Amino acid sequence: MRKYYSKIDNIAGNVATLKADNVGYEELAVVEGSWGKSLAQVIRISGDNVALQIFAGTRGVSTGDKVSFLGSSMRFSFSDDLFGRVFSGGGEPRDGRTELTDNLIEVGGPAVNPAIRLMPHRMIPTNIPMIDVFNTLVEGQKLPIFSIPGEPYNELLSRIALQAEADVIVFGGMGLKYDEYLYFRRQLEEGGAMSRTIMFIHTAADPVVECLQTPDIALTVAEQFAIQGKRVLVLLTDMTNFANALKEISITMEQIPSNRGYPGDLYSQLASRYEKAVVFEEGGSITLMAVTTMPGDDVTHPVPDNTGYITEGQFYLKNGVIDPFGSLSRLKQQVNGKTRDDHRAIMDGCIQLYSKCRETREKRAMGFEMSDWDNKLLKYGESFENEIMDFSANVGLYDALAKCWEILARHFEPRETGIRSSLCDQFWPKRD
Amino acid sequence: MSTTGRIVTVYGNMVTAEFEGAVRQNAVAYCQRSDGVRLMSEIIRIRGKLADMQVFELTRGLKVGDSVEITDELLSLELGPGLIGMVYDGLQNPLPEMAEKIGKFLKPGNYLKALDRNRDWEFTPVASEGDVVTAAENLGKVKENIFDHFIMSPFTLDGEWKVKKMAKAGKYKIENEIAVLEKDGKTVSVNMIQRWPVRLPLGVYRERLLPTQPMVTKQRIIDTFFPVMLGGTYCIPGPFGAGKTVLQQITSRHAEIDLVIVAACGERAGEVVETLREFPHLKDPRTGKTLIERTIIICNTSSMPVAARESSVYTAITLGEYYRQVGLNVLMLADSTSRWAQALREMSGRLEEIPGEEAFPAYLESSIARFYERGGIVELKDGRKASLTIGGTVSPAGGNFEEPVTQGTLKVVGTFLGLSYARSYARRFPAIDPLESWSKYSGIIDGKKVSWAHNFLRRGKTIYEMMQVVGEEGTSIDDFVTYLKSEFLDNVYLQQNSFDEVDAACPTERQQYLFEMVLDVLKHEFTFKDKPQARDMFFSLTEQFRDWNYSPWQSDKMKENEKKIRSTLNSREAAHA
Ligand SMILES: Nc1ncnc2c1ncn2[C@@H]1O[C@H](COP(=O)(O)OP(=O)(O)O)[C@@H](O)[C@H]1O
Ligand SMILES: [Mg+2]
Repeated sequence: MRKYYSKIDNIAGNVATLKADNVGYEELAVVEGSWGKSLAQVIRISGDNVALQIFAGTRGVSTGDKVSFLGSSMRFSFSDDLFGRVFSGGGEPRDGRTELTDNLIEVGGPAVNPAIRLMPHRMIPTNIPMIDVFNTLVEGQKLPIFSIPGEPYNELLSRIALQAEADVIVFGGMGLKYDEYLYFRRQLEEGGAMSRTIMFIHTAADPVVECLQTPDIALTVAEQFAIQGKRVLVLLTDMTNFANALKEISITMEQIPSNRGYPGDLYSQLASRYEKAVVFEEGGSITLMAVTTMPGDDVTHPVPDNTGYITEGQFYLKNGVIDPFGSLSRLKQQVNGKTRDDHRAIMDGCIQLYSKCRETREKRAMGFEMSDWDNKLLKYGESFENEIMDFSANVGLYDALAKCWEILARHFEPRETGIRSSLCDQFWPKRD
Repeated sequence: MSTTGRIVTVYGNMVTAEFEGAVRQNAVAYCQRSDGVRLMSEIIRIRGKLADMQVFELTRGLKVGDSVEITDELLSLELGPGLIGMVYDGLQNPLPEMAEKIGKFLKPGNYLKALDRNRDWEFTPVASEGDVVTAAENLGKVKENIFDHFIMSPFTLDGEWKVKKMAKAGKYKIENEIAVLEKDGKTVSVNMIQRWPVRLPLGVYRERLLPTQPMVTKQRIIDTFFPVMLGGTYCIPGPFGAGKTVLQQITSRHAEIDLVIVAACGERAGEVVETLREFPHLKDPRTGKTLIERTIIICNTSSMPVAARESSVYTAITLGEYYRQVGLNVLMLADSTSRWAQALREMSGRLEEIPGEEAFPAYLESSIARFYERGGIVELKDGRKASLTIGGTVSPAGGNFEEPVTQGTLKVVGTFLGLSYARSYARRFPAIDPLESWSKYSGIIDGKKVSWAHNFLRRGKTIYEMMQVVGEEGTSIDDFVTYLKSEFLDNVYLQQNSFDEVDAACPTERQQYLFEMVLDVLKHEFTFKDKPQARDMFFSLTEQFRDWNYSPWQSDKMKENEKKIRSTLNSREAAHA
């Protein structure tokens, strides 16, 4: 039944071309040679010329290798047997256990109809005041951590993962260092979460093309659980590696790059993954947290830039803290109006004052005289950084709000805060 | 005349087919997958016997040799009563009905009729048998929500036709004949549906007029400082997170306009869900009806197929033109035009056209210009005025306005509302930069007063920058007070809290009233003993004005707050310390 082809015409980058007929766009193929075998996917058909992207890369591939087509696009087995398993980025078992073959589902299918989506409406408490008070995380949100290499983004990611109380955690690692993989694994095991976790691990040593499959397989699995009504948390790290893999392929395919070598469809490519975040009417949801490392701490770099336009905000990790200015949760207003009356006012008021404190610090650095007002701002800024921004702060929302009021009252008169007077009347700590 | 072809190339969402016979540019074609699913496409280039098509669906599974059915019709919309309140994708498929029919996911190859065939409409004839009509003249009308939806003679009618038969008043469905027209022995039967190709401007009217009447958005910074006109155009460029979408959402809620067409073009699905889920429950204060009864949503979000995203803005604009033709004042909001431009770029790349700046096609600028040109205010054939106002967001890479889409847009629009990082970081919403933005129109407040006030912002900024160099101690008290006044104007007038029930929308009368109060402060000659005293005074005034902004119009609370403001201004500190 299966037809074999045994002549490859061109090999370049990760792409091989050959003559074949009756082949569907995005169909899978197997390439087999003395070096081993690999899956491949059809990425262009022109007449009888078929271009194949070879998952394992083309190293060692010979023009005489055997190619056969599988008659469908990528599929992956879905069942509860997935829990606790670890796979490669391309979906092969990585934990030495058996391959799963039941209930194959299409990877990377069509988008959810927007008309059936629900608005995200449930807060995910993290006990990190910079998140809970200032940029609340919401179930069904898609949110990356923007970070320069070296910041504790993996720590932040795993802390949120364990705190979030999701039914299912799907982890997709792209271009991970082996140590990072082991770190996450240990965190999840120690936190008692491994039995509800499924990991797809592409390490820096694995073939580049598999890096492209990783988020698709992870999100397909997540989507199936969400349809069943489960609350799924997907962690993807590092999406910059994914984008770089896209860049590599598009250059091989001789596409005209739009910006610093990245393909013109980078936005759409990233969006079709991030947009898998969803809340279904029946209760299932996908919350998607990703890491985007920023080359050179440059937010205008095409990867963080396009990401920021797609995701519902970002946590901007800088100097070991979540920076209140670059960070944003666009969905916070879906939930922070329902927590407590003072939540929004504290959120705006504290940040406005902290921003003024930063201005004052600049003035001080230039050697200007500090007015009384300046001194107030400086002292406030210090308290705010030590008691609220610092990562060691580990308190619930209401305690964090109380802390904020306390700090304000320590340094200011109510009207200096810009917070409307009715709220100050109600919440301003009474001095005794 | 339809014809058939065979696929010879598949690459992304571009498919090339070899065909026999005649083929029309921009015609609709259907690629037939071997499992029988038909994928809608549009011909975008013809070379000899080869037609290049953009496919409006995922092309997965298409094969060389699969057949293509090429129609003779250009990509067109169905127009008629029943469009308002609908949620369509970029090809005018009703999304809620799609969900009912095919489930949660947008499986390729499913197309539904845009208008409900079974609904009864209470029809009243306007024309009489024997009347002579030309294209787009009123034959009758039905009531669509609160509007008179005029049923017109076909837009493509040539010359003068006689009304041979006219339906009597009564209930009709949109496919029922409501009139028969006759010319030179030829007759046409007219029902309530018209079709129009999305890429061609739709406009049959006496003349196009100059936009002169402001479109009130109830956002102070816009209506007072950077007004938009009925029939005018405006753009909102800004980096991500600066507030483009929120600004469009609040405009779609509060703008004084008959009909809003929201085009969610290549951005987040979640944002359109917000509109979709909330508008049926939110009241339009002008009519007392819900907002969805004055809204049409076109939804082609970022994970939906790219080619359909490109056409979705044309779908939205054509619907806008249609309702202008019906006689309404329509506002079309596109978020984001950059995603549309990117869709153009993707297709241009696949066609291997010679790329321009940042790989955008060379025709980008003229495409943008043609898009905004479709707005405008017109005098219809029956003498009524109707308008289509267009507002588009722009999402420049890296937040840098020196890029092709922003620059191409600035050349053609009447108002530029530039959002800035700095202002959104400082939570100064709406984050429209008052020193960068401009409007070619004049608004609801005397232009001289506005520029006098605006001047404070400019001087305040200069003084602020100087203070960065010489410090507060090196700044004169007069300059310092000017700076405080500019901050005051910014805080209590430019900034507006869209989450406060009252402050979210500031109607014309209230804006004019508040503006006078603010002018009183700006004009007031304070004599402060020192800077801390000055700062203190403006803290108080700012707080009191904010409280005023949060009090309902003409309420006791508002009057009380106003009294407080007056007494602060008349206090000894304010007069002569
Ligand atoms: N007028 C406003 N009032 C209060 N907050 C706003 C306002 N505009 C924007 N924001 C805040 O900024 C965030 C981003 O706004 P959004 O319109 O989504 O940005 P953009 O579309 O430019 O990326 C919002 O989620 C909200 O938190
Ligand atoms: Mg937006």
